[in-house]
Amino acid sequence: MVRDTSVNLAGIRLKNPVVPASGTFGLGPEMAAYYDLGRLGAIALKGTTLEPRFGNPTPRIAECTGGLLNAVGLQNPGIDVLTGETAPKIRALCDTPLIANISGFSVEEYGICCEKADRCPEIDIIEVNISCPNVHNGGMAFGTDPEAAAAVARRARKATGKPLFIKLSPNVSDIVPIARACEDEGADGITLINTLPGMRIDIRRRKPVLANRTGGFSGPALFPVALRFVNQAASACHIPIMGCGGVSSAEEVIEMMMAGATAVQVGSANLKNPFACPEIIDALPSVMEELGIEKLEDIIGIV
Amino acid sequence: MTMDRKIYTIESNAPVAPQVYRMVLHAEDAPEERCGRFVEVEIPGKFLRRPISVSMSEPGRLTLLYKVVGGGTAALAAMEPGSGLDLLTGLGNGFDTLACRKSALLIGGGIGAAPLHQLCRDLRSEGKRVTAILGFNTASEILLREEMEALGATVHVATADGSCGIRGLVTDALRETRPDYDYYYVCGPMPMMKALYPVLPDCGEFSLEERMGCGTGLCFGCTVQTTAGPRRICHDGPVFKKNMLPW
Repeated sequence: MVRDTSVNLAGIRLKNPVVPASGTFGLGPEMAAYYDLGRLGAIALKGTTLEPRFGNPTPRIAECTGGLLNAVGLQNPGIDVLTGETAPKIRALCDTPLIANISGFSVEEYGICCEKADRCPEIDIIEVNISCPNVHNGGMAFGTDPEAAAAVARRARKATGKPLFIKLSPNVSDIVPIARACEDEGADGITLINTLPGMRIDIRRRKPVLANRTGGFSGPALFPVALRFVNQAASACHIPIMGCGGVSSAEEVIEMMMAGATAVQVGSANLKNPFACPEIIDALPSVMEELGIEKLEDIIGIV
Repeated sequence: MTMDRKIYTIESNAPVAPQVYRMVLHAEDAPEERCGRFVEVEIPGKFLRRPISVSMSEPGRLTLLYKVVGGGTAALAAMEPGSGLDLLTGLGNGFDTLACRKSALLIGGGIGAAPLHQLCRDLRSEGKRVTAILGFNTASEILLREEMEALGATVHVATADGSCGIRGLVTDALRETRPDYDYYYVCGPMPMMKALYPVLPDCGEFSLEERMGCGTGLCFGCTVQTTAGPRRICHDGPVFKKNMLPW
């Protein structure tokens, strides 16, 4: 039997639910030298800001049990490079839907970036990141308060008619009012979760490992936390969810979908194994067969 | 980059100096690596791979020289011959041997000498003269001196404590020996490279190191500022021409 791995994500048909997560897939075209990017469900591009950013000083990475901390700090060449160079370059390689991941330091900056992404024909979905823990005076501050999240969602909605996802932070006492606020402002979907803030200390040097002192924790240890957030938001909202956090196998993709995700982002797994996404995609049909799943869409949110 | 993922078998893994190990790896169909590239080694019990420069390679065989600096490299040092190791190979740009016309100067500090071994072999096989200046803290830490001499290189050793060769740093040895070269290659700790930078001419390159996440260009963890803007050491380096470095 042919197993149907495709999903409808806010009106866009993905051939499978596997999406490399923003910030774990280079600028986007890098892996084309090693496998066909057309096999991916979609690609969440490296987070972009209005202006180019160098990001944080190094070291930016710290190993942890079950994952890593990163404090890259939104290094990116700016949205004009994304829309003018990177997105067209990837589009020339494959027809995979492209997700622009947008960060900002003010509501207006988010809005301007969304307008630019809206005008870029190669961008299919806009994911507004209000959950980056590694930059000051921006990012996560918008994702931890329902009214601030609503203000960004409202401005982004005004800027674009393309499918609009808001990427939320797990660093909140209750995700439901924030997710609902985004839905009420017209967001087409929710991505969650971003990283959890964390810290490591080099006990010999008596200093933080990261130059930024703190970073965002990601990796397999995050999976149960992410799954529960997805399940909570899926129960409270009517818009599709991209689940993200610690996924590194086809089984975990299916688990995340059962929790309520329509698509599933794979992040840190790419850093350990650059072939993680195609390997997960290859494994999906046999895992579906083992579990008696004919159509992947049938299991979304069944738990 | 020409990345590949392959399981290698550990042929040997033994200390050659305090905290420094030589690991020889075998994989039947593995191609020879270009000199100056690195591998990302999967380590049992660790999430991230560890980037380690290739010291020498030939078809089917890789030699790594690595220093135990933390839990990951300690776990690597404990691995027994015969066990398998999951490697990403072919990472990084490598040294540009063709930039040297006739005679090369290689400057290495500590474990940074590791990738200069294959560089020395490749330059010699291209018929070029090689002078190497290798700096270490003390005599017991000296690496690759005999190996590079056996390849026909002139090797000057400097030790900080004066226990062997020239007393002092590689900058002192450079001043004292005044080697003849038309192109140079540098690999070592950042303070050494930054001390060499102002005293060396433009015709050369530096191999940089930084704590990496993926080693494959995906995470932007190992960025360095260059004259052409931010660059990923793993993806765009680790070797940068001097005029790329705004030091």
